[in-house]
Amino acid sequence: MPAEPIANAGPAGSSPWALAFRDLRRNRLALAFFALFVLIVAFVLAAPLWADHVADTGPNATHTLERITVDGERRDVVNPEGRPIDPVWFGAGGKFFLGADSRLGRDEMVRVMYGGRVSLFICIVAALITTVLATTFALLAGYFRGATDSVISRTMDVIWAFPVLLLAIALGLVLAVGGLQIGPLHISGSSIWIPILVIGFVSIPYMARPLRGEVLSLREKEFVEAAEAQGAGPLRVMFGELLPNLSSTIIVFFTLNVATNMLLESALSFLGVGVQPPNASWGSMIATGNELITSAPLLTIIPGTMILLTALSLNVIGDGLRDALDSKSKVRLEAHAGMAESKGTSV
Amino acid sequence: MGRFVLRRLLGMVVVLFAISVLTFLIFNVIPASDPARSMAGKNASPQLVANITEEWGFDEPLPQQYLTMMGKIFSGDLISYEGREPVDERIVEGIPATVSLCIGAAVIWMFFGILFGYLSAVREGGKLDRVLTIVAVTGISVPVFWLAAVLLNYLAYETGIFPSYGYVEFVDEPLDWAYHLILPWITLAIVYVGFYSRVLRSSMIDVMDEDYVRTARAKGLSERRVMTRHVLRNALIPIVTLFGLDVGALLGGAILVEGIFGLNGVGQYAVESLTNLDLPPIMAIVLYGAFFVVLFNALVDIAYAYLNPRVRLGSSAR
Repeated sequence: MPAEPIANAGPAGSSPWALAFRDLRRNRLALAFFALFVLIVAFVLAAPLWADHVADTGPNATHTLERITVDGERRDVVNPEGRPIDPVWFGAGGKFFLGADSRLGRDEMVRVMYGGRVSLFICIVAALITTVLATTFALLAGYFRGATDSVISRTMDVIWAFPVLLLAIALGLVLAVGGLQIGPLHISGSSIWIPILVIGFVSIPYMARPLRGEVLSLREKEFVEAAEAQGAGPLRVMFGELLPNLSSTIIVFFTLNVATNMLLESALSFLGVGVQPPNASWGSMIATGNELITSAPLLTIIPGTMILLTALSLNVIGDGLRDALDSKSKVRLEAHAGMAESKGTSV
Repeated sequence: MGRFVLRRLLGMVVVLFAISVLTFLIFNVIPASDPARSMAGKNASPQLVANITEEWGFDEPLPQQYLTMMGKIFSGDLISYEGREPVDERIVEGIPATVSLCIGAAVIWMFFGILFGYLSAVREGGKLDRVLTIVAVTGISVPVFWLAAVLLNYLAYETGIFPSYGYVEFVDEPLDWAYHLILPWITLAIVYVGFYSRVLRSSMIDVMDEDYVRTARAKGLSERRVMTRHVLRNALIPIVTLFGLDVGALLGGAILVEGIFGLNGVGQYAVESLTNLDLPPIMAIVLYGAFFVVLFNALVDIAYAYLNPRVRLGSSAR
């Protein structure tokens, strides 16, 4: 049976999502960076494969006193002066492809792959937390207005006025020392959930503020009035009527937020208050590599380049999504301003 | 207008109060470390710890401790736990470096941000626009501390083109001052150049659709004049807003950049104090940093209200 010619419906019948998707497909720059992002994700997901079948070691396994055969020549993984081996590429069958990371002699390639998993996991989960909470606060504040709005907005003002990086460092540090007790749930200080929660928490106002503005204006639209006239309660209006109209903005914000988180996570881990050793993230790898930057600059350059490429691809995808989904210029600017602020204070 | 300003200033005080309480609570409620114990050092006798607890009032109820600390912040005789040095002196020492860093970086990012944004918008969709867009987004995506480390390695350690460390007073050696700050300025400015050029580009493209731009063209003004006098001028409004907020935020300390270049500014002091869990300087710096954020926020609001009466009348406009 031949496929139904769906295209006959024509552009007039396409949903906004289909139109946006069409725009996005024409944006070659965004597509290229989407492909790059997929590659990065595939790269970090392949970590166990590389570790087990090629490098034959784990991300935290140390090889300080070992020797390996590179192109038939025996070499120290860490020489007597404490300098780790340089990249040997395939000289040792894929072992120490990018050399060793420090005097601990850990396989840099394996750490880059596993570190990327940690970095991406933290950034994406933190962005999910931020998005869910920020959207909820924005809906509550924008829908109920009045006292609810005042309380939420002033609370956001407080977090907003707090220098973000200082707040994140303070929270990260205190929680890393003491751990966190939420009801019956105890999170130990070295858990990667500490940076996730810290990053997720400090980013809320940067998303909630512009979203609230949008809810305030959507709330005045006729479809809200119509829903209320049909007897829809607050929950139904907020989540059934307003939320779908926010979805395109939320998707754009989410993408840009993951990129911002990438930079915040790396800064925190670089300062030692993010991911705790022996676990690696790209940020903490820069901190380790920086100690040897004059003799082995690649140890700093590689993880930093990974962060740059990931954040860059997410930013370009976010921009592409925004162009495709939002024709409203106001939202476009606010998205910029909101994220600019978030970034500005994270320097 | 007077009432609006008053309301805004009152709001400032409330936010600053909330921030001080929040900071205090973060370090007291969440179990971290006992300051008396860390001050007494390793293997200290319980008697010594008890003495320090008594002397510094760590056994008093939290609200009392909070009030004491705030009192000391305002009277200027706050003493740090670590090294027991006057906090004010250290902050005052750090201000010239932090201010020099921020102002220099701000000049660079405004210049290039506006230049790139303008060129991008004027050539919207063209080759130059696409190149500048990629440059800008790359700038936004760079981890600042990493860029600082890499620049230091190649331009200072390896080639010795730039000095690698430290801050020189402007009044002593103006040229050396700038020479020491070039790398920090560039590093700090790059992120903002990206953002500002992106925001200006969007804002200019929006303004180009306005009726008064069409009118200006219809009057027969040259394209350049329309772009600079009518489009750029109006499109700069959001940039100026952002600029106020960003500079305010930066004065709280360009934490990462200062540390890597060893400028010994306020931001570096903040990081040192944080790693030592040294609450008094943290309280002082956070409040001081937040003060600028809140102040610039309020100034921007007041400037808006002055220019646009609608904001004054409807308090929910923001």
